[in-house]
Amino acid sequence: MAKEQLLSYEDALDKFEVVIGLEVHVELNTKSKMFCGCANVFGSEPNTNVCPICIALPGSLPAVNRKAVESSIAIGLALDCQIAPTGRFARKNYFYPDLAKNFQTSQYDEPIAFEGKIDIELESGEVHTVLIERAHMEEDAGKLTHVGGATGRIQGAEYSLVDYNRAGVPLVEIVTKPIFGAGDKAPELAAAYVRAIREIVKAMDVSDAKMERGNVRCDANVSLRPKGQEKLGTRTETKNVNSLRSVENAVRYEIQRQGYILANGGTITQETRHWHEDRGHTSSGRPKSDADDYRYFPEPDLVPVQPSKEWIEEIRASLPEMPSLRRRRLQEEWGFAELEFRDVVNSDLLDQVEDTVKAGAAPQAARKWWTGELARIANAENLVVQDLSITPLQVAQIQKLIDAGDLTDRMARDVVAGVLAGEGEPAQVIEKRGLKVVKDDGALIEAIDKALASQPDVLEKIREGKVQAAGAVIGAVMQAMRGQVDAARVRELILERASK
Amino acid sequence: MTELVFKTAAEIADLIASKEISSQEVTKAFYDRAEALNPQTNSYLYQSRENAMAAAVSADKAQAEGKILSILHGVPIAVKDNLTTTDAPTTSGSKILEGWVPQYDATVVKKLRASGLPILGKTNLDEFAMGSSTEYSAFGPSRNPWDLDRIPGGSGGGSSSAVAGHLAPIAIGSDTGGSIRYPAAVTGSVGAKPTYGAVSRYGLIALASSLDQIGPVSNTVLDSALLQDVISGHDPHDSTSLKDSLGSMTDAVKNADVKGLRVGIVKQLSKDGFQPGVKACFDDTIAKLTAQGVEVVEVDCPSFEYAIAAYYLILPAEASSNLAKFDSVRFGLRVAPEGNPTIERVMAATREAGFGPEVKRRIILGTYALSSGYYDAYYGSAQKVRTLIQQDLEKAFSQVDVLLTPTAPTTAFKIGEKVNDPIAMYLNDVATIPANLAGIPGMSVPNGLAQEDGLPSGVQILAPAMQDAQMYRVGAIIEKLYTDEWGSPLIAKAPKLEVK
Amino acid sequence: MSEITPDTVRHLASLARILVTEDEVETLAKELNVIVDAVATVKKAVSGDIKATSHPIPMANVYREDVVEPSLTQAEALSGAPDSADGRFRVAAILDED
Repeated sequence: MAKEQLLSYEDALDKFEVVIGLEVHVELNTKSKMFCGCANVFGSEPNTNVCPICIALPGSLPAVNRKAVESSIAIGLALDCQIAPTGRFARKNYFYPDLAKNFQTSQYDEPIAFEGKIDIELESGEVHTVLIERAHMEEDAGKLTHVGGATGRIQGAEYSLVDYNRAGVPLVEIVTKPIFGAGDKAPELAAAYVRAIREIVKAMDVSDAKMERGNVRCDANVSLRPKGQEKLGTRTETKNVNSLRSVENAVRYEIQRQGYILANGGTITQETRHWHEDRGHTSSGRPKSDADDYRYFPEPDLVPVQPSKEWIEEIRASLPEMPSLRRRRLQEEWGFAELEFRDVVNSDLLDQVEDTVKAGAAPQAARKWWTGELARIANAENLVVQDLSITPLQVAQIQKLIDAGDLTDRMARDVVAGVLAGEGEPAQVIEKRGLKVVKDDGALIEAIDKALASQPDVLEKIREGKVQAAGAVIGAVMQAMRGQVDAARVRELILERASK
Repeated sequence: MTELVFKTAAEIADLIASKEISSQEVTKAFYDRAEALNPQTNSYLYQSRENAMAAAVSADKAQAEGKILSILHGVPIAVKDNLTTTDAPTTSGSKILEGWVPQYDATVVKKLRASGLPILGKTNLDEFAMGSSTEYSAFGPSRNPWDLDRIPGGSGGGSSSAVAGHLAPIAIGSDTGGSIRYPAAVTGSVGAKPTYGAVSRYGLIALASSLDQIGPVSNTVLDSALLQDVISGHDPHDSTSLKDSLGSMTDAVKNADVKGLRVGIVKQLSKDGFQPGVKACFDDTIAKLTAQGVEVVEVDCPSFEYAIAAYYLILPAEASSNLAKFDSVRFGLRVAPEGNPTIERVMAATREAGFGPEVKRRIILGTYALSSGYYDAYYGSAQKVRTLIQQDLEKAFSQVDVLLTPTAPTTAFKIGEKVNDPIAMYLNDVATIPANLAGIPGMSVPNGLAQEDGLPSGVQILAPAMQDAQMYRVGAIIEKLYTDEWGSPLIAKAPKLEVK
Repeated sequence: MSEITPDTVRHLASLARILVTEDEVETLAKELNVIVDAVATVKKAVSGDIKATSHPIPMANVYREDVVEPSLTQAEALSGAPDSADGRFRVAAILDED
């Protein structure tokens, strides 16, 4: 398909106001599915987590998973929503082979949660309040595989195969109200919003929140209107935006694409579009039409959800600290510089650093371990740092030995290597590898004196007060001591011996 | 023991319990007769001697071990072919399901098996239970044992003709607008629709989920009571299933006492539109009750005027959605159209070929009633009529214990007489529909033969929701008044079917 | 009267995924008009502030606990399918994207 023409981003922003709306689907991590007892797990053999309900055998009936309702209410509360005294399931009727019943059991005019808000902070520090229209419960569809044809894409496929393992997995769809006033930051805000939702549901442990697995998915609505115009422009809905980068790029692309059309006197078709990350553009899906007459009506096989005040309050009380508040608190407690803290956040290492600090390490030391040495090792081994086989407690234990002068930095890195190699707890590794700081200064002083004697020019400089010259001697001393001394102590003693 | 097949289920159960006969003897007797007569009545779509006899052997074995599994232990039964069975094809009277053997048993079927009732076969019905004559069955109409040229009622005409013709002692039916009660009335048998939710719908191929209810078909009120006691009870697989037991229907029948009974006649269902002979039978029932000292008053239910209209909006709407799953993907028929067979075209061609004209009519009508712009006027208004009917009934039941109406406006009509006139067909259910709309229990009991054609007539008893026992009590009272007069149940007057 | 035109029937049949011939369109339009005229009386029966009844017996809050129960085997799941391959239900190619 030919790429559409684009207006430059600056020109588009100059002429038009951007309005976005975001629909985020969150797959809940309940043990069983939304309406039946089949396992809610990823990656099973096709059609092995299915029952008469998931494959819509005639006569089967749904039964609502209490935990899924609870998680949905929790998400609503976390987004500052009101919880409906009466929520109702409804059928959304349309034919598609991944939808076994050919209707999706969803919610329509009586969603479980509505009228919420969330503050989203951008890179620049500016904060946007995004209003939430509703959060409702529904079920996921099965998975289609298109076979034949050149690309494995839907066009040109000879036939398709359907796996209903995912059919009936509980979803919460969170819908924002139209978001105005983000200007050129609209794409960034869209991505930051999705990131925030992802962090929240992860912190709450109601979803695995892995975007690469489709646990969190986003549909982005974008419309433009000439500046000063009251009426909203025609919007497009871009589906299949399943990474934070895609969200940002897709919104940006739509702004430029629509900008070009409008700037040239054209009109926008209200339609579904698809984002292609590989090719960096959206393509037209089908236009909104009569086929979108979903004929919603109350699901007669299910009864209303009327959560009691007590239940809602119980759920509210069990909510964890929200990620943005937690970040603010931790940054303050730890006293990190802005960049240092952002590095921890962006590497998703808050939990590790916090647990290491809780286990007794100083915040800066904990941060350095996780974003420094450990991140380096993980990177070299093509792992994510969270998957390394070392615990925050172990890191803290090692750091305490450094602080006590029992390990040098180099020795500590050896201990870490040993732990990662499966040699046991830090103490065992130290024992096995014979890593112990030499605390008897006699041998050290001897080595220092020898080194100073062999470098009289350095000795001279130190005596003239150029203390940084000591560095040239430290290396030689460390080598002589086979690294089993603390560099800081070496430096201290060099200055002391030089002054004699 | 050919007389065995003319005994009631209660009598058979007693003979088995007292070891005078075995379940195998009874099952064989009924099976032999059903096999011989089915070519005349077309009551059964599927019969399996092997399945029936295997279940009878199990029942006898259990009894030999001292286990009486239920009050109907060993009594064979026929099951309407819209309940799923793992050992027999289930068609719901439609070509679209021909040959499908379900992967699970309906809850009611499970209960029958666990209660020691051998299943003789699956009985005929109008396609997807849409109809009141079985003429809309894809597998030909069933025939009324009183006159083989006449309809046995519908949709459950297979079950009613099987029971009235003694091809089974009892049967399971389903009632969405009268599909148990109407066939009972026109075949001189007994049929009850319990309170909505009293019997699990899990495994009942849904017609209209908010109206469907499974119930018993028999030749006596006691037999229906025994069967309702066996099949009712809470089922977690059906979210609309009642939590609490409604008590013993059997006890209600055995202890039936006329003392203090107050009966209401619905003004709107006692005047026009009834065949004179049917009206005469009804008046006779009222006269008999009055003679017993029963207080009879006329009650006003003005919204009953709109019941048929509301019903023919709600039913098609829910059915259009329930029947969407018949799409050629996971079970049932698949028809490949000529040319480029995309999934959309395969689905449309399959549904064209697999559904009969009445089913298509109702699906399209239901699609219309739910479509955007019409929902409020049609489906929405119909749901409000339901509220009005409930209000009328609430008022009526504040004055009386039960309501009585003629069950059907006419006696059995000739096959072919109304098949091309949907509206005339719909009017057969005028008296039975309000019970489904309001969820209340209703039953039909024979009350004589119409003088003009000598065909059976039935009286309908309606009781408040959850008061099924009250309905059975009155059913037993009326039945006794007639058997006292006739010296036997009405069914004994039916012509004897002869093997040709 | 005549609310249901042949075009309406074509549209509804397409929403309901039922292939209809032109003859059927005409017949269905006629039949449905009769039925719609009959059922349209519900509009007269109700005024604004009557609540809708979607469940005949009022109930709420019916849940199952979040417990995994046995599923069908793959062979059982596919046993009724007109066509299958690689453990999945096989269907004709899908025309429209989405």
